[in-house]
Amino acid sequence: MKADPKSVLTGVHFIDGDQACCEGALAAGANFAAGYPITPSTEIVERFASRAPAAGGVFLQMEDELASSMAILGATWGGAKAFTVTSGPGFSLMMEHIGYAAMTETPCVFVDVQRGGPSTGLPTLPGQGDMMQARWGSHGDYEVIALCPNSPQECFDLMIDAFNLSEQFRTPVMFMMDECVGHMTEKVVIPSADEIEISPRRYTSVPPSEYLPFRAGPDGIPDMARAGEGYRTEVTGLTHDEHGYPAMDWKSQHKLVGRLVSKIRDNANCIARWEEHALEDADVAVVAYGITSRVVGQAIEMAREEGLRVGLLRPVVIWPFPEKRVRELAKQVRALVVVEMNYGQIVHEVERCAAGLARTLLVGHGGGAVHEPENILQILREAAR
Amino acid sequence: MSTAQMNPVENFLRMDRMPHIWCPGCGIGTTVNCFARALVQSKLLPDKVAIVSGIGCTGRVAGYLRLDSFHTTHGRAIPFATGLKLANPGLTVVVYSGDGDLFAIGGNHFIHAARRNLDIKVICVNNFIYGMTGGQVGPTTPLGAVATTSPYGCFERPFNLPFLAESSGAVYVARWTAYHVRHIAQSMVEILNKRGFCFLEIISPCPTLYQRRNKLGDGLDAMRYYKQKSTVKNGANTKEVEVNFGGDIIVGKFVDIERPTLAGAMAAQLSKSPENV
Amino acid sequence: MVGSQLRSVPFVKRRGRVYIDRNRCKGCGFCIEFCPPKVLRFAAAYNDHGYHPPELTTEGGCTGCDLCGLYCPDFAIYGVLGRPDGSAL
Repeated sequence: MKADPKSVLTGVHFIDGDQACCEGALAAGANFAAGYPITPSTEIVERFASRAPAAGGVFLQMEDELASSMAILGATWGGAKAFTVTSGPGFSLMMEHIGYAAMTETPCVFVDVQRGGPSTGLPTLPGQGDMMQARWGSHGDYEVIALCPNSPQECFDLMIDAFNLSEQFRTPVMFMMDECVGHMTEKVVIPSADEIEISPRRYTSVPPSEYLPFRAGPDGIPDMARAGEGYRTEVTGLTHDEHGYPAMDWKSQHKLVGRLVSKIRDNANCIARWEEHALEDADVAVVAYGITSRVVGQAIEMAREEGLRVGLLRPVVIWPFPEKRVRELAKQVRALVVVEMNYGQIVHEVERCAAGLARTLLVGHGGGAVHEPENILQILREAAR
Repeated sequence: MSTAQMNPVENFLRMDRMPHIWCPGCGIGTTVNCFARALVQSKLLPDKVAIVSGIGCTGRVAGYLRLDSFHTTHGRAIPFATGLKLANPGLTVVVYSGDGDLFAIGGNHFIHAARRNLDIKVICVNNFIYGMTGGQVGPTTPLGAVATTSPYGCFERPFNLPFLAESSGAVYVARWTAYHVRHIAQSMVEILNKRGFCFLEIISPCPTLYQRRNKLGDGLDAMRYYKQKSTVKNGANTKEVEVNFGGDIIVGKFVDIERPTLAGAMAAQLSKSPENV
Repeated sequence: MVGSQLRSVPFVKRRGRVYIDRNRCKGCGFCIEFCPPKVLRFAAAYNDHGYHPPELTTEGGCTGCDLCGLYCPDFAIYGVLGRPDGSAL
């Protein structure tokens, strides 16, 4: 289905990533947001609070992130399309409900505009230290989908993709921005509503008497119902059977959690998305995401000028990780250089996928400022040797 | 009085999930009977009544009631209900949970929802203990009562729930005990049909843990105690209705006022904004 | 005059019937304790789970008030209002 013109701010804009993220959510049809102020994400919901009435949505600032992350799930089961925004400390608070969303297969989007951490850290400066947390932050076994924009334009475009993926796979989706991408102002082109494809929620079409809320379809994903339509479903975070009833035994655990994990893992190859630059003849492949990938672009230019054959692999969907492509690259290149604004997170994935076929090097630091291209270049020279 | 040839509660139960997990003499099932009868009397469409609960023995109510049921995380039934009600205002949203879930971990959410006058009905079964996890002290455990995490007797002053609810802004506050079944059903009918944040506290026995550990007998002994020591004082000053160990229990409907609901206030405010006119 | 405006309402004697699901009962005793006409008692026999369910002491003693139904935490008993001849309303 197409986007609703009422919510789409068609035109050419000069806005920052936070603003663009909000517009992306609106264009995707989000009509409910709950949030709690936290730098550098607050502008997203400030804009939503302002835009929502005209676009037919509701925003409520909740008393904390625990409430925000749960209010969006309640809204979703009431029939809304919902998201929340936060940064590191709030992301930590939301972890229980990310797990609840995964367990109850509630489609929604969690935006994390990363800042320097850990703890209160650097509220106004960038970091990329939540990448592993996005994947493993909640307890137990579950899979998530996470996207990583590197420009305000992508903050708009990828938000729509985030919502679409959440609906297709009935799963919470993490939107991993960073303070730079959130606060940098660039040209953002918002197309007309009929050019924006929205994945509809997979509501069931069978009557209540035949409906089993957690019986998976052939794709491993059940169809959804919403409150107030006579389905009278039970939704619980306890391990449950196809009725949604608590089922406290290992067989039910394997069946349910196995399915929750498989529905993403088995589709990893079609969910995965990345961008490649100058990799065809590369001896060294750089892996970078978010704002760091922009700096890496500069470093690669400088490297190429020196005659080094360096290219970039930029994961756009970072979870599931583009394993297959990295494994292929590891056969081709001498070294994989991971540049990230942390002390090593995605590098572990890269090293795992490389499986020893190529050296894996990290250019990491604690955040607070983006990398200097010269520092990256130094490592690229080493890697190419 | 039932005139149907079927236990009226069964119409609202997931009979394929019976028997339930509650102990002999636990009062939660009693409150569920009252709720089922109140649903019938309120004339609400059951398809439009959603029940949201947290974690704990009372939290299991959502699973047993055959309505749109949401068994959420510990303490977060009210935020879930907030989103549910705002996204789907046509629903009557009932939060049915226990004293620990609503007032310890969930305390912050309770006071904010009451402050906002969110149109939800909060039914708290208060058994003075954390039952599901084996009998730990909770925010309503009376001073001196024994619990597993206060084995020498509770030394924290408990919440006076009606007082907390009223001062946070609830527009309906009532307390009954599991003995007062007709009053409970009546209050439930009233809150189902009232707009705004309604709070109903139901003091109820936990025979296995609270009663037993404090040598208070079983569930029936608790009910006899409620009958003997309760005084109905409708309109009482909620400041004065705290519950002490073995003391008198003041029950009744304490608050029943009108205030703009969250949705109403939101709509009114947004309509004033020049951008949205 | 006030008296001439009074209608006389015929007295209708009602009888109740109580339905007991013996195996749901967990012997808490609430129904027996709070039955207003006091026509319930613990049965001598056990149910399948080792509890003594309630039984009616006096045939025709139940008023159909359904207080037992309101009290029972296990949904094991409820009362129904009927006609004096025993038929349902």
